[in-house]
Amino acid sequence: MSSMKEVLIAPLFVNNPIGLQILGICSALAVTTKMSVALVMCIALTLVTAFSNLFISLIRNQIPSSIRIIVQMTVIASLVIVVDQILGAVAYDMSKELTVFVGLIITNCIVMGRAEAFAMQNPPVLSFVDGIGNGLGYSVVLMLVATIREFLGSGSLFGYAVMPLITNGGWYNPMGMMLLPPSAFFIIGLLIWGLRAWKTEQVEEPEYEIGGHTALTRPV
Amino acid sequence: MFEYYLSLFVTAVFIDNMALVYFLGMCTFIAISKKVETAIGLGVAVVVVLTITVPVNNLIYFYLLKDGALAWAGLPDVDLSFLGYLSYIGVIAAIVQILEMFLDKYVPALYNALGVFLPLITVNCAILGASLFMVSRDYNFVESTVYGLGSGVGWAVAIVMLAGIREKLKYSDIPEGLRGLGITFITVGLMSLGFMSFGGISL
Repeated sequence: MSSMKEVLIAPLFVNNPIGLQILGICSALAVTTKMSVALVMCIALTLVTAFSNLFISLIRNQIPSSIRIIVQMTVIASLVIVVDQILGAVAYDMSKELTVFVGLIITNCIVMGRAEAFAMQNPPVLSFVDGIGNGLGYSVVLMLVATIREFLGSGSLFGYAVMPLITNGGWYNPMGMMLLPPSAFFIIGLLIWGLRAWKTEQVEEPEYEIGGHTALTRPV
Repeated sequence: MFEYYLSLFVTAVFIDNMALVYFLGMCTFIAISKKVETAIGLGVAVVVVLTITVPVNNLIYFYLLKDGALAWAGLPDVDLSFLGYLSYIGVIAAIVQILEMFLDKYVPALYNALGVFLPLITVNCAILGASLFMVSRDYNFVESTVYGLGSGVGWAVAIVMLAGIREKLKYSDIPEGLRGLGITFITVGLMSLGFMSFGGISL
């Protein structure tokens, strides 16, 4: 089924939630200093988006539109509680490292945005696929940022030392700034630049055009 | 005692800035920072909502949800902390709704200024984030009030500054792919770098 494939693939590059829709940047960047933490965050967010889309789509004809936001919030919050409890039981150290950021999936605009924009109008299975697609689109960006930050900031990938650090007798002097918050903004900005250089139709129109030089064209 | 709260406030505004250090409330931060006026409106709304919701959630946590918190109701063994997320977001949504109705009735001028932004605030991660930080840092009632105010002010300062920069940035000749979103992120990165310099300050 081509439409389902399209729904799954489109969010990855063409209609990326972070790169184009400006959704879900909140809270997520703080967990990109280590790849393993970022991966857990990605899995959690993809699952929550997919299942919240599925459930909201199932009950979409029963929800009165005046209270739909509250209903969506309740579904999402319950799913996040489930994810948080599972993380706490299965991977306690990881849940300590993610601190409050698992809880903040509730207010992650991707989940809410897809529920409101897609799941309210589409059948359950398609909504589920859309949730996975958008979760993956988000994961691509998040993992890229995490890879760059961990590789340059600590010389390792998934905690395995790739470039031995000077402090451990190696040769690599880590870029400390990569572990600090500003680098995440720079990397995202540059990634968007790269994406738009590739997919030029995403370039935004300038808000202000510099006018021609009228003084010189005026007849003397 | 006063110095302690002042230090908590300054830390929340500058060192632990919600937007620039914890990346909270980023969606609204990027989306609604094109004009200084609207940024000020949204900033004030965030300050007001944070100053109310963090202490209220603090009371809810200490008297209803915490392990053993229901001892006053004769249920010392009950631990409802897993309901945390659901209650905090419910409280925030309810308070925003009440605030909207209250302002509409008694302070129409302020309501007209903030009206559009109030519903947006329910899904602003900075609001929920502050409540979750309050729980994980174990603040008491007064501390959480100061923290709510401080983090709100910090967020507001950041968004107004970004809006000021973006108003000027509009007139610059930016490479095509960076236009709009890209350059905004890099600007925020530079601001965040500036705020890092507050790091060592303690009162």
